[in-house]
Amino acid sequence: MSDADRELRVSKIRNGTVIDHLEAGQALNVLALLGIDGSGGEGVSVGMNVPSDKLAKKDIVKVEDRELSQSEVDVLSVISPEATINIIRDYEVVEKKRIERPESVDDVLACPNRNCITNADEPVQTRFIVLEDGLRCGYCGEIVREDEVATHLNVS
Amino acid sequence: MRQDHLISATQLSREDIEAVLDRAAEIDGDMDAWQGRHAGSVLGLCFFEPSTRTRMSFDTAMKRLGGRTIDMGSVESSSVKKGETLADTMRVVEGYADALVLRHPLEGSAKMATEFVDVPLVNAGDGAGQHPTQTLLDLYTMRENAGLDDVTIGIMGDLKYGRTVHSLAAALTNFDVRQHFISPESLSLPRSVRYDLHEEGAQVREHTSLEEVLPDLDVLYVTRIQRERFPDENEYLKVAGEYQIDTDDLERAKESLTVMHPLPRVDEIAPEVDETSHAKYFEQAHNGVPVRMALLDMLLENATSEDGQ
Repeated sequence: MSDADRELRVSKIRNGTVIDHLEAGQALNVLALLGIDGSGGEGVSVGMNVPSDKLAKKDIVKVEDRELSQSEVDVLSVISPEATINIIRDYEVVEKKRIERPESVDDVLACPNRNCITNADEPVQTRFIVLEDGLRCGYCGEIVREDEVATHLNVS
Repeated sequence: MRQDHLISATQLSREDIEAVLDRAAEIDGDMDAWQGRHAGSVLGLCFFEPSTRTRMSFDTAMKRLGGRTIDMGSVESSSVKKGETLADTMRVVEGYADALVLRHPLEGSAKMATEFVDVPLVNAGDGAGQHPTQTLLDLYTMRENAGLDDVTIGIMGDLKYGRTVHSLAAALTNFDVRQHFISPESLSLPRSVRYDLHEEGAQVREHTSLEEVLPDLDVLYVTRIQRERFPDENEYLKVAGEYQIDTDDLERAKESLTVMHPLPRVDEIAPEVDETSHAKYFEQAHNGVPVRMALLDMLLENATSEDGQ
């Protein structure tokens, strides 16, 4: 099978964002992190466990008619730091965004500590400080390791 | 100390701690001299959990500074019972007081509360999180009895849920203190406290038995192992007995060993120990007044000077 055939598994988009080189298995978490569930009417294509040169297997997500901002992109660093982001206009890559580790991620994860004030019925958003190898709740101090992050996504 | 609020012992530098302890010592020397210091000021006591020592010593501390206190009373008789959020309660009470003291059963509650109030706020215990004013009086007691540098401390009991332990361990990283942690495996230090100790490069060792480390200790800090932390009574009884001390145990300790406990104790320190020169836990509880006076004085002083700017 040629590379071109592989590409066809997820068709090219005209305008939008391609999130490539995601760790295999993270595509749905990425959509959850970005709050994309299709209800906005945007076209979303997902490829999972696609063969990759860079990673043995990768996931890929294409979101039509939506250009992700730097802060949205940075949030992805907590679950898939190797991801690459291409902004597409009229089938051409017009911008490649690099993922940078943000200082904190807000309102994205639920604190795994059930006794944390952010899990009570209080008017606060969760805030996690980004550490070298994990995240830390800005309220109760609970630490979430990198490999545990996906299980605590605040999916509504 | 240049802090607006006191939420966690992790925010305290050695200078901050020494400033509070020095002022507490000054106050301790002549408490009456501080009587008019904060006349007219009001401290709001917001206790969402039962408390005896902390509540009463804050109350006394403010009154000994010449101020007054208001108390929201028990949770059962307050608006919390009607479903009011903590954020709303604190925003309301802020309007009645010049500083607030908060105890709450959930971790991170005090930190959240600071986002809704402008007056100084002191965390008097947030769930299994932090209890920094207890730590300040612990350090005061340690400094008086064993010093704070070149000291070996054993911290024993419920290290997982014990907020006094979490605060003390963090604060001790500012000093030349070797920390030994003694607990059943199921109640060992939580990941977050371990992380902080590691980040600070603290000298830390963990044990499941006091025996091997007792002879080396200058200070033994005992905490209560709570029955409700164990799934069944038998398991609790099996474990708790190993973390109790009596005068026989203390024969293997240094003569100068200082035994501390944040209180209340149940049976982890036998009453016979009270009569020995090791026992400092009642002195420790009494130190809550001058230390909290010093802290309130400094926080109110900071708030006043900021208002004047």
